[in-house]
Amino acid sequence: MTLRTDPVTINFGPHHPSTHGVFQMRITADGEVITNLEPVMGYLHRGCEKLSEGRTYTQVVPLTDRLDYLSPMSNNVACVLAAERLGDIPVPERAEYIRVIMAELQRLANHCAMTGFLLNDLGTFFTLFHYTMREREKILDLFEMTCGTRVTVSYMRPGGVLQDLPEEFLPRLRALLDEMPHRIDDYEALITQNEIVLARTKGVGVMSKELAIAAGCSGPMLRGSGVKWDIRKNDTYSIYDRFQFDIPVGTNGDVYDRYWVRIQEMRQSLRILEQAYRDIPQGEVRTRLPLFFRLPSGEAYGRIEAPKGELGFYLVSDGGIAPYRMHVRAPSFINLGVLRDLTVGYTVADAVITLGSVDIVLGEVDR
Amino acid sequence: MNVWDYLVDLIPNLARNLRAAVEGAGFSDGAVFLVMGLAGVLAVTLFVMLLVPPLTFLERRLVARAQVRIGPNRVGPFGLLQPIADALKLMTKEVIVPSQADGLLHLLAPSLIFLPPFMIFAVVPFAPGGVFTNLNMGLVYIIAVSSLAAIVVFTAGFSSANRYSMLGAARAVAQLISYEVPATIALVTVAVAAGSLSLTGIVQAQTVPYILYFPLAFLIFFIGSLVEVNRAPADLAEAESEIIAGYHTEYGGFKWACFQLGEYTHMVAASAIIATLFLSGWKGPILPPYLWLVTKMMVVILLYMWIRFTVPRIRVDQVMSFAWKFLLPLSLINVLVVGLEVVLAPSLPVWLIAINVPFAAASIVVWAKLYRVLEGPPPLTQRREIPGVTSPLPVPEPAGTAR
Repeated sequence: MTLRTDPVTINFGPHHPSTHGVFQMRITADGEVITNLEPVMGYLHRGCEKLSEGRTYTQVVPLTDRLDYLSPMSNNVACVLAAERLGDIPVPERAEYIRVIMAELQRLANHCAMTGFLLNDLGTFFTLFHYTMREREKILDLFEMTCGTRVTVSYMRPGGVLQDLPEEFLPRLRALLDEMPHRIDDYEALITQNEIVLARTKGVGVMSKELAIAAGCSGPMLRGSGVKWDIRKNDTYSIYDRFQFDIPVGTNGDVYDRYWVRIQEMRQSLRILEQAYRDIPQGEVRTRLPLFFRLPSGEAYGRIEAPKGELGFYLVSDGGIAPYRMHVRAPSFINLGVLRDLTVGYTVADAVITLGSVDIVLGEVDR
Repeated sequence: MNVWDYLVDLIPNLARNLRAAVEGAGFSDGAVFLVMGLAGVLAVTLFVMLLVPPLTFLERRLVARAQVRIGPNRVGPFGLLQPIADALKLMTKEVIVPSQADGLLHLLAPSLIFLPPFMIFAVVPFAPGGVFTNLNMGLVYIIAVSSLAAIVVFTAGFSSANRYSMLGAARAVAQLISYEVPATIALVTVAVAAGSLSLTGIVQAQTVPYILYFPLAFLIFFIGSLVEVNRAPADLAEAESEIIAGYHTEYGGFKWACFQLGEYTHMVAASAIIATLFLSGWKGPILPPYLWLVTKMMVVILLYMWIRFTVPRIRVDQVMSFAWKFLLPLSLINVLVVGLEVVLAPSLPVWLIAINVPFAAASIVVWAKLYRVLEGPPPLTQRREIPGVTSPLPVPEPAGTAR
């Protein structure tokens, strides 16, 4: 006797603890196995790109805080990078170092959050999540003492940064740099060799190198699949060419590799931070620009290696004080494009951790 | 008789006094039986229901400690009144029944969830002579009753008419039925060694706790019980991050509280079984027997909690294959070896411990290695091919250089 089964459609989200925001996955499942998945986005659309057309280039920066709200510093850097390329604005040496420090701290904070969330998706009942959030708090404290806010930092300006680092910043950074390697060891002790984590994540959500490239994935998603591509090296911006660091790559392109790549990136970020801490010079932090400065008409694309992948800002100027058009190449959004291919054929539980391993922030996906 | 002696044998003494009082009042034999029975039911119910709220508080404080935070400490001293505040809040909440739900079953499930653990406590001996009913096949009774939980959970999930709930219910039934098998076979060891199916008899037979004699059986039964009480890492039926709350997604307010309390009563019942069968139940020096039982139960409960704070959740198919491919063969080997030992050395000499502990470790390691060999290397992808579904979707060829 054979039983006839009907596939069942389940709406994961927009209200679901594991969709990392207002994101919906329309899953068609045959029992526990997913036969189709349709990502539904747009619940958080605020029209950031259109809003920027009515603001000066400096006023655009606060908008970018609200894109990927887990890594606002990186967003700031990418945005001002595009403006600086367009206007050929010089950036003082010290400001470049501060930018690198902030961007790498942000990468640490973002990967901390991602690792904690991933383990939540795996079902550890928030334990690792609280550990990683503890370290993220320390990084946010550094941000707060630098620019007054923790998440909506708006710290970067075209031509430098808002203000110089406070006196107590570098000692606190030193303390963090001393502590962080041990904390990462702690995370790894809980995850990397954990038999259940290995069973759950190895061979799950496998993305081939070819698919990753064809789908335009970037960041840890791409490197997890074994493609050695990091914009900090391959299209150097700012002063990244002065630092020694490696690009960790995975082999299999599964959830585990994407987690592992992120942990290794945290260690590499610490290396960069050590060098930046050692070499940071004294001096100006901002090129003086008029309040309403104009950029020459034309277009420019500034891209950086954000924690989630290639974050690009495409600016078109008509010579006015505000962008004529701004487009954001959001890594979360583009990495999410392969979600169906990563989940079809796996179980519902796998879809949750695969989504977690993509590491999306809906503020950036929907813009 | 001094007070201490009275307290040591509190339960039999209370029972004797009550019986004397009821008989002295001139009731018939049937009425005495009824009164004694109702008193026993009340005592067991009160014991469990009074143990559960502190447990919820304890778990919240402990998980807070594990997660470098403070936990509830606002209500009453040290936050001790938090369970009461929670209960009051939940009781005053609106009762919501989804329009598609089966109203009667939806109402029944949260009340029935308490049934199996209370029924288990009917045969758990709290002290010598301190047992509600000394069933001569208590072990079989426990196995039968603990399966009832699957039906209740399925009722809850099915009646909710919610797809998450349905998934949770299906998972619950599958895993409960699967883990019954190795857990039951592990219990055969205890029955064979004790030569009795009565829980009182099993406790009396344990001069040394059976956890030392039969560590393998203990491990198998402990894992089985972990799955049966729906605790992490096998809390698949209510996987928060996947199917939200699984079988009780559609329950709110006090009905939800019933499920939550039900989970704890299940845990208490499972810990009582483990304490009785493997940790020599009420036996222990100095303290009164019932306190020893509660202490041993608490140790097991803390173990459950500790595991929950630490490890991630297993996937459905992994839970199932672990039961059938790993635990079941292991429990069969265990029964074979213990059977031989009981035949060859019926008095269970203490040196058997020196054989059984290394044997347990060795059999787990050897069987795990062998299992890896039999299964082959772990696959690069765990994806299943689905007929008629192409993935990745074919990428269209770029249509020239338009524009």
